Amino acid sequence: MSEHVAVAKLQGKFSTEVLEVKEFRGETTVTVKKEDIVAICAFLKSELGYNLLSDLCGVDYLGQTPRFQVVYNMYNISTKDRLRIKAPVEEGDATIDTVSGVWSTANWLERECWDLMGIGFNNHPDLRRILLPDDWEGHPLRKDYPVQGPDREPYQGRVS
Amino acid sequence: MANTETMTINMGPQHPSTHGVLRLVLELDGETVVKAVPHIGFLHRGIEKLSEHRTYHQVLPLTDRLDYLAPMHNNLGYVLAVEKLLGITEQIPERANVVRVIMAELTRIKSHLVWLACHALDIGAMTVFIYCFREREHIMDIYEKLSGARMTSNYFRVGGLSADLPDGLEQEIRDFVDSMPGHIATYEGLLTGNRIWQKRIQGVGVISAEDAIDLGVTGPSLRGSGVDWDLRRDNPYSGYEGYDFNVIVDDGCDTWARYHVRLKEMRESCKIILQGLDKLKPGPILADCPKICLPPKKDVVNSIEGLIHHFKIISEGFKPEVGEIYQGVENPKGEVGFYLVSDGSPRPYRMKIRPASFINLQALPKMCEGSLIADVVAVIGTLDIVLGEIDR
Repeated sequence: MSEHVAVAKLQGKFSTEVLEVKEFRGETTVTVKKEDIVAICAFLKSELGYNLLSDLCGVDYLGQTPRFQVVYNMYNISTKDRLRIKAPVEEGDATIDTVSGVWSTANWLERECWDLMGIGFNNHPDLRRILLPDDWEGHPLRKDYPVQGPDREPYQGRVS
Repeated sequence: MANTETMTINMGPQHPSTHGVLRLVLELDGETVVKAVPHIGFLHRGIEKLSEHRTYHQVLPLTDRLDYLAPMHNNLGYVLAVEKLLGITEQIPERANVVRVIMAELTRIKSHLVWLACHALDIGAMTVFIYCFREREHIMDIYEKLSGARMTSNYFRVGGLSADLPDGLEQEIRDFVDSMPGHIATYEGLLTGNRIWQKRIQGVGVISAEDAIDLGVTGPSLRGSGVDWDLRRDNPYSGYEGYDFNVIVDDGCDTWARYHVRLKEMRESCKIILQGLDKLKPGPILADCPKICLPPKKDVVNSIEGLIHHFKIISEGFKPEVGEIYQGVENPKGEVGFYLVSDGSPRPYRMKIRPASFINLQALPKMCEGSLIADVVAVIGTLDIVLGEIDR
């Protein structure tokens, strides 16, 4: 059982949506259902004071089900406290609702996540690629993306 | 009343004030900025992807190349993250921690000097640029003596440092730091009372504390909006809790406020470095973790066991247990964080960098829409962006 004060409140409010709570090296990670991510983030910001979204990213667990996790590292400037929320996203429906309405920071971070990991954000105000050109094919941070780049044979070592 | 048409122009990527490869698409009504859309992504070097294919030690040189004006801070953030993942944070020797703090603060001065130089140059002040680079050169010399490199130092290591301070460097750092407040006074003498400088930055690039937090702005840009938050004090690492320093806050919310915050931060960094030099005692510079830390260089070149040990750690690496951590550090530009996921293999399964410049840049439209086009130059400067960190 986590001793993190936010976890008990989160479980109290969203009892069926919280899937898992993990502690590692003094950090708390709460996995929640992706369907309620906006309500959970809004609750964490407005009720529990996590006013700064430090970071948002995707992790590709290729071969597992669900394949992706969207990770939200958030911070409470008043209590100096960190919390991490994760939401599983299936490969067949690699989308999740945007939280850019909760924290404006999420706007660019979600664009980056879409660009590099290929996870779509529903209702995002401006979901475009941000680091790669608009006509780029594929999402390079996916584990099955060819490391040598598209249309390139894997490097076979020096031939001479 | 006459109808007005807006005009869309590109500012950058070759504009001197865009500091590299930033392009802004500006919609102008006369000289007033109606809309600003930043376009980034000219460098993208795929550092996060590269990291998934290297051992934890091999990733370290990549971190130098993020914010290349503050390489030691990026090194520090990364090694702290790996040490946290390994659970060896408490085993870092005292001397290594003190040297880390000294070098991190020296790097903060170095980064702020480039910011002041370029910001002043963008706005038209040439002399400050030359003075700041003169002082920065001293820090580059210290870098060179310490690590062999002037820019990409790659000095910190998982578990400690790559080498101890060479003879005489402590005194050289002390002499430099002693001279620095006088130099800062010179910059202030040139700029603070200068009416052109005042007119160009007072009331420019205004962002409230609420907006800044909402947009994720961190570092001096956030403290210039009156938010009293600094990771060195509030979530201390590397022994920062043992130093006496002030977190500089200014509630002006404009470019003028951020200018004062950074200048005062340089003075505070000098205070921290002098305290660090006083704390510096002889001792080990690497944790006693032979399966993780590289052996001392003298063992590598003088014994076959040391050489094999070094080779195995570099080529095979070490295997942190399965888990995930986030470590943020207070870089000169704001919070830089490393989110690491370990799957138990010698390579990071996922490494996500939380770049301060990338997120601060998102506030640029908010800060310059409604102001004059000349103010855009001041706003870019006041955010102190580095495109290497933005594009990664």
